[in-house]
Amino acid sequence: MTLPDDLKYTKEHEWCRVKGNRAIIGITDHAQSSLGDIVYVELPDVGDAVKKGESFGVVESTKAVSELFAPVSGKVVEVNDPLADAPETINEDPYEEGWMIQVEISDEKELAELLDAASYGKFVEEEQA
Amino acid sequence: MPLRTPLYDQHVQQGGRMVEFAGWEMPVQYAGILAEHEAVRARVGLFDVSHMGEVVFRGPGALAALQRLFTNDLSRIADGQAQYGCLCRESGGIVDDVVVYRRSAVDLLVCVNAGNRQKDFEWLRDHAGEGAAVENESDAWAQLALQGPKAAEVLQPLTGARLSAIGTFRFADAEVAGVPCTVARTGYTGEDGFELFCRPDQAPRLWEALLQAGTPAGIAPCGLGARDSLRLEMAYRLYGSDMDDETTPLEAGLAWVVKLDKGEFIGRDALRRQKEQGLSRKLVGFVLTDAGIARHGYPVLQDGRPVGTVTSGTRSPSLGTSIGLAYVPPALAAEGSSFAVEIRGRPAAAKVVKTPFYERSKP
Repeated sequence: MTLPDDLKYTKEHEWCRVKGNRAIIGITDHAQSSLGDIVYVELPDVGDAVKKGESFGVVESTKAVSELFAPVSGKVVEVNDPLADAPETINEDPYEEGWMIQVEISDEKELAELLDAASYGKFVEEEQA
Repeated sequence: MPLRTPLYDQHVQQGGRMVEFAGWEMPVQYAGILAEHEAVRARVGLFDVSHMGEVVFRGPGALAALQRLFTNDLSRIADGQAQYGCLCRESGGIVDDVVVYRRSAVDLLVCVNAGNRQKDFEWLRDHAGEGAAVENESDAWAQLALQGPKAAEVLQPLTGARLSAIGTFRFADAEVAGVPCTVARTGYTGEDGFELFCRPDQAPRLWEALLQAGTPAGIAPCGLGARDSLRLEMAYRLYGSDMDDETTPLEAGLAWVVKLDKGEFIGRDALRRQKEQGLSRKLVGFVLTDAGIARHGYPVLQDGRPVGTVTSGTRSPSLGTSIGLAYVPPALAAEGSSFAVEIRGRPAAAKVVKTPFYERSKP
């Protein structure tokens, strides 16, 4: 399981890369591996509002549907459109090419509630035990 | 505590991701469902299907007893042949869909779904009447399925049996890699292939021998995930998803395995009545013409109102489209009919198509 140190994580297995007032959001290596082959992704549109802890879309593997939960609140300013035609990118490169949306952060205080790599890693271990 | 097949250690060693299915701890995938699916369509894959059950009918009245419990007509097949059909209740509801292997008129093996092992055994035993001994031999058999266009090429060097002599839905007893087996040209993937029944303690040896022999051909150990996507591309029904005790073979599109003229069998009167009166719903194959994936339980809508239910659905790995099976009113069942599937509150357009979704390329 790859866990970059420069990212923030949620217990719902999303990651978040903060750049200025933007958050780039995707799902973790652990999440993509647990889901298996991802064959479909449904993401919001640019301009939509997302709210921390609430669903902003779904990923579907051959077997299952999983909701995506926003790590922070804000306005969607970019969507990784190529994922619609190549959802397998999320399996192949979850932290770079497989990013899903970029959000203009509306409340920076929310960032403090996210997990760092070590805490998330520990959480996954406990969840699997 | 879930049950384990004799191949549990192999699955774990070979990287199988274990999940619970019908009370069994089974691999859902090894390398990945798509890769395994592709291996079976293009080359060959190996499945552990030991969780399936085996109920045996023996004795002078064995054939007659099973005929009264089975919708298809076992008198139409010879010894050494297998036949697909249903076990039905008096109401016509499906107890299970099964494959019967006719060793002889006094010795028949019924291969049943994993989740129905006990239910089927009790049903068969309680309704077999005199003249047949009905035994649950599920624990006495392991079962491996070798499926794909290269299945015969992989299997032939391991056995003295001439595989070309074993036609589709035929079987023979033969040693495979030194393991005594019943080798049946059956399976549930739509590809050529074999199902090998052997003693449980011999199954690991057989599994390893098949994987080794299949390496040059690009064999893949396969899990339940690929099994499901393969069977759905063929529109093969899955008990518990596409049919159950409340649905009849006629509604499930299995009229071809219901032989109303063969003589008395449990469920015949109800099925005959249903056929005369007409069906109120039919299982159809559909493709989504909008984006999304239809899943089991999603509502089928006509003019915004729910009129049916999706029973199976996935993204077809071979076709790259979203496919599924659904119960719909007869008026919507014709090829080309359109309806909507409600996916997370939104309607997605769907169109009824001819099944199977996938056509095997002829060699």
